[in-house]
Amino acid sequence: MIENLDLGMVNWARAQFALTAMYHWFFVPLTLGISWIIAFYHTIYVRTGNEEWKRLTKFWMKLFGINFAIGVATGIIMEFEFGTNWANYSWMVGDIFGAPLAIEGIFAFFLEATFFAVMFFGWNRVSKEFHLFSTWMVAVGSNLSAVWILVANAWMQHPVGQAFNPETARFEMQNFAEVAFSPYAINKFTHATSSSMLMAALFVISISSWYLLRGRHTLMAKRSIVVAATLGLLASVFTIFNGDESAYEIAQVQPMKLAAFEGLYEGQQNAGLVAFGLINRDKKVYDTQEPFVGFNLHIPGLLSLMANRSFNSFVPGMKDLVYGNAEHNILGSAQKMARGKKAVASLDAYKKAKKGGDQQAAATHLADFKQYQEFLGYGYLQRPEEAVPPVALSFNAFHVMVILGMLFPLIFLAYLYFSHRGTLADKKWLLGLGTITYLLGVIASQAGWVVAEVGRQPWSIQGLLPVSIARTNLTTGTVQVTFFMFLALFTLLLIAEISIMVKQVNIGPEEN
Amino acid sequence: MTSNRSNQASLLVRIYRFYRDGFRRMTLGRTLWKIIFLKLFILFAVLKFFFFPDFLATRFSTDSQRAEYVIDQLTPPAQDYTTPYKENDYDRKP
Repeated sequence: MIENLDLGMVNWARAQFALTAMYHWFFVPLTLGISWIIAFYHTIYVRTGNEEWKRLTKFWMKLFGINFAIGVATGIIMEFEFGTNWANYSWMVGDIFGAPLAIEGIFAFFLEATFFAVMFFGWNRVSKEFHLFSTWMVAVGSNLSAVWILVANAWMQHPVGQAFNPETARFEMQNFAEVAFSPYAINKFTHATSSSMLMAALFVISISSWYLLRGRHTLMAKRSIVVAATLGLLASVFTIFNGDESAYEIAQVQPMKLAAFEGLYEGQQNAGLVAFGLINRDKKVYDTQEPFVGFNLHIPGLLSLMANRSFNSFVPGMKDLVYGNAEHNILGSAQKMARGKKAVASLDAYKKAKKGGDQQAAATHLADFKQYQEFLGYGYLQRPEEAVPPVALSFNAFHVMVILGMLFPLIFLAYLYFSHRGTLADKKWLLGLGTITYLLGVIASQAGWVVAEVGRQPWSIQGLLPVSIARTNLTTGTVQVTFFMFLALFTLLLIAEISIMVKQVNIGPEEN
Repeated sequence: MTSNRSNQASLLVRIYRFYRDGFRRMTLGRTLWKIIFLKLFILFAVLKFFFFPDFLATRFSTDSQRAEYVIDQLTPPAQDYTTPYKENDYDRKP
């Protein structure tokens, strides 16, 4: 069965999911983040009674509405794909994600349907206090609606609180708190929401800078910038800290992913973080080529500090994780494969014993399976090197994300400094940079997901289910057709989003 | 009692009018709603219906059949269970 597996189908299904998720993520961070910024603008208006703040709030609300309308339901496509392209996976995780995702969908729908309407229609029709409350509830509701999908993603990276039931072929939840409050899930949620706030602040700064460069709506632009840059600075610092915490979690649970981020083939004591380097795309884990092409610069000890909170600690490289390292007691994927294949064989024997009605043999095989089940996914690998994710893509995405992530707080600080001095409108270089910062934010944000999802390959559920088994047995052509249909649909929607948004930005707040 | 009922009715009427007037006053919102409905139509009436059937739901009628199918997917033929690597085979670098 595995030898007949159409890997082309798996890769097209992965590409389709990546396309859908990246497109969905184009809208989500702006929705999550700008809802908070609008709530702050609205609060200032209610507290001061200044009509300029009202105009400003309504203007950003309108842009929020456009983004929400174009982006709404784009995530549903991923659910379609689960059922069609990833049937085995959907079945196996249904017990863990099904009900909470459905409840969250219903909850978010009612919360948003109620408070969205009040937020948009409520000017002069409900009390100022209730109107403001509704704006805050939209922010809370939007961000809450991201909780369970991020918990689900975190669980796939670190599958805790579950047990596999070979009767039903399902992972069943054993401990809700372990799933919902795993450090992985908390980091995932805080990192996604704080980076979304950062993104939204960049969005406000980009548009406001454009206005300042053209001398239009200058008061609104300056006021928008002060609030957005303050929130953006706080969010960017928080994002750096919880990003560092994510790296620590990854080092503990997905060390292969961390090694791929850093192009670390040989494990090292006092391992350095790559500050500059061009990764060698042709290098394989088993050859002796140099990992980097030409000059590269490492900051000594920083990777060890990130991974283990100690400068002198050992960080395993991809070779250690593939072939094992007895000195550091690291089991390689080669050894895990041997155990995983025992798990698969026991599962098969259990299935046959149950079918044959031999309860005693079934009990024995089940006990064998439980002994090795944590290595189940490795049983489906053909070669230990398959446990290595695409290194060049992981490395480049990680470093793009980190470099941009470090740049953003400096940009926010510069905006705040020159705003404080009252010279922001004269700093054309900064405003020019500011107009493209949202684009940089989109690149950083998308790179973050590439890091998270490409870096965990070949797993759909870490160590338990590779993508090659999670998929449905479809033909490549079927998936190719829908891939290009989505590409066309997404391109049209993106053109609609950008053209409506640009038109409204050109009109500006006067028309509100 | 009568007063309560009339208050409730009045509240419902006010809510209805709130939404009705809000929708009537929309300008840009009308375009956005059109886009939303068109998108939902394409997603559910075209893509979901013709291109994205739920594989297990359409192929099998009971959960036990679905479970059996997935277990079969998880247990490939016996020749795949062997590996040249042993459990404690550290440092087996090619």
